[in-house]
Amino acid sequence: MENQPEHNKFVFTRESLKKKFRWSEFLSEKIITGVAFLSITIIVLIFFFVFKESLPIFYTQEKSVVKVESVQKQEQYGGETDTAQTNSSGQEQYGVTTTDTTMIENQVQEEDTVPHGSEQATFKSLTGKKWLPVSDNPRYGLIPLFVGTLKITLIAMLFAAPIAILAALFSASFAPYWLREIIKPAIELLAGFPSVVIGFFALMVMASFFQNIFGYDGRLNAFVGGVAMALAAIPIIFTITEDALTAVPRTYTEASLALGATRWQTALFVTLPAATPGIFAAILLGVGRVFGETMIALMATGNAAMISANPFESVRTLAATIGAEMAEVVFGDTHYNVLFLIGSLLFVFNFSLNALAEFYVKGKLVKRFQGKQS
Amino acid sequence: MSRSKSITGGLFIGVTAFSALLIIAVIIILLVVIIIGGKETFSWEFLTAFPEDGMMKGGIFPAIYGTALLVLIMSIAAVPFGTITAIYLTEYAHEKSILAQTIRFAVRTLATVPSIIFGLFGLGFFIKFVGGGVDDVFLGGQLKWGQPNILWASLTMALLTLPVVIVSVEEAIRTVPRELREASLALGATKWETIKRIVIPGSRSGIMTGTILAVSRGAGEVAPILFTGAAYYLATLPVSMSDQFMNLGYHIYILATQSANVDQTLPIQFATTMVLLLLTFTLNLAAVIIRSRLRRKAK
Repeated sequence: MENQPEHNKFVFTRESLKKKFRWSEFLSEKIITGVAFLSITIIVLIFFFVFKESLPIFYTQEKSVVKVESVQKQEQYGGETDTAQTNSSGQEQYGVTTTDTTMIENQVQEEDTVPHGSEQATFKSLTGKKWLPVSDNPRYGLIPLFVGTLKITLIAMLFAAPIAILAALFSASFAPYWLREIIKPAIELLAGFPSVVIGFFALMVMASFFQNIFGYDGRLNAFVGGVAMALAAIPIIFTITEDALTAVPRTYTEASLALGATRWQTALFVTLPAATPGIFAAILLGVGRVFGETMIALMATGNAAMISANPFESVRTLAATIGAEMAEVVFGDTHYNVLFLIGSLLFVFNFSLNALAEFYVKGKLVKRFQGKQS
Repeated sequence: MSRSKSITGGLFIGVTAFSALLIIAVIIILLVVIIIGGKETFSWEFLTAFPEDGMMKGGIFPAIYGTALLVLIMSIAAVPFGTITAIYLTEYAHEKSILAQTIRFAVRTLATVPSIIFGLFGLGFFIKFVGGGVDDVFLGGQLKWGQPNILWASLTMALLTLPVVIVSVEEAIRTVPRELREASLALGATKWETIKRIVIPGSRSGIMTGTILAVSRGAGEVAPILFTGAAYYLATLPVSMSDQFMNLGYHIYILATQSANVDQTLPIQFATTMVLLLLTFTLNLAAVIIRSRLRRKAK
């Protein structure tokens, strides 16, 4: 019997059992791994190239500062009182909302003192309160854009967050099976609505509708834009919240019901608190969506860069500014660079939100369900 | 249990139900309003004719053609790369490895990057860096590729839709039973052969869903193509990769906000919006149905 294997062709030695080297296997694995790196590469490239185009701001800033200094020195020989006056009036423009006439005065005076004013985009001018990129004396104050974006985000989240979270709670805890099978796909379909369609709906239908209700003057304003953006944010918040709610272990709800709590008490006091990190993540991602939304902002907010707390006044968001002005700028101009700087800021902000939602929240959720944290 | 508590409970459930129904109602209202506004102008001729009289009359054929071409080139770029990434994540990478987790994080980040940033990237990378570079090196500085065109717009859109494909395909690959892979490997097939013959055919519906969702997304997004290739009006259809193109979403945006006669073109705007909405709606509905079947199969 022991000699029989000799005439068997398949003798399994240590050598023959070793994995054979095959070029096709080797290549396919390397190619697949290489392609998988693409997503990481794209993220890095996006940051690099968007930031790269905004870099000249920082170079020209240094140059122009030198020029300004030399000009001021020259003027000091002439008369010190003149420079003092122009300086004070130049500072005033940041504090006071200037009328047209004083603006022209300021422009004239500034052109006297700062011959390269149009090329300038210093830190001070970037934090200014005026966004006037195409005037004779362009100013790139980002504050009104930031205020506008925050205002619209706040309005959108005030609508989207409660509605989406409550709807998710209904779908996860109360809705009968057949109704859930309608609600979830319907909201998935809402997520698929192009933002330009929502923007168009807001511009043509919602704007007039809200104007009839509230009776304000401007058809397009932060409120209309915010409500329209809420439509874009609701599917994101709903889906992630729903996932978080259904991920709460059954034992939690069963324990609560066994202790005599009713269904709504269980949902409100057990399921919802257990899913808070997930809901937090949902809201963060919703904020990210609204923050970067371009088409709805372009179409429904009126696009006037002004600082005000009134929700019924027109606003201009950061993303909409890029969308509206990039097509008209001269490549390599300061205006062009500032728009890319806004893009970098948007990207960094969005990246941070996503990272926060990813690491902090998910880590907490996992720990909580594993019982490591009460 | 006291009566007041059950009333609170009823109210609470009522509020949650109201929220859910409110969302559904808004979806229905949006659909109905757009369809009512657009159905008068909508006709076969509207779909197949060129715009006339400075876009005041006529159809939207160039915009439909441009959108179709855009999503076609986009899919050719996004679907293979997305599928391969999904295969890597499910078949090659270890679930807990740092590399796999980094890729997953990158994919999710890519999915949340605002679409306007992709537009900026397309301008900075594809048009200025790649296109400008090609012009300098091969065409001696003659401006051909270093300006907005349909190729750069499609590739920009492909980056935007890559995560959509990856997520769908990954989900589908996970539904291919382990036993099938093991049987294939036990019969002597190599890993790559198993992927080629078992995994990819088994996840065909997922690749399909991913493509449909990507096409729907690509057809509807406007922000990335605002300055990477979309044109306001073109008398001819794009024939070369270096041509600009018209696009449905961009058409709506331009007509509704930039044109001088917004009121006169209102019927055209509604009809164009209806076409775009129904297109994306149908595609998404198809994806939802295929995916729900897939999920049922997985259970």
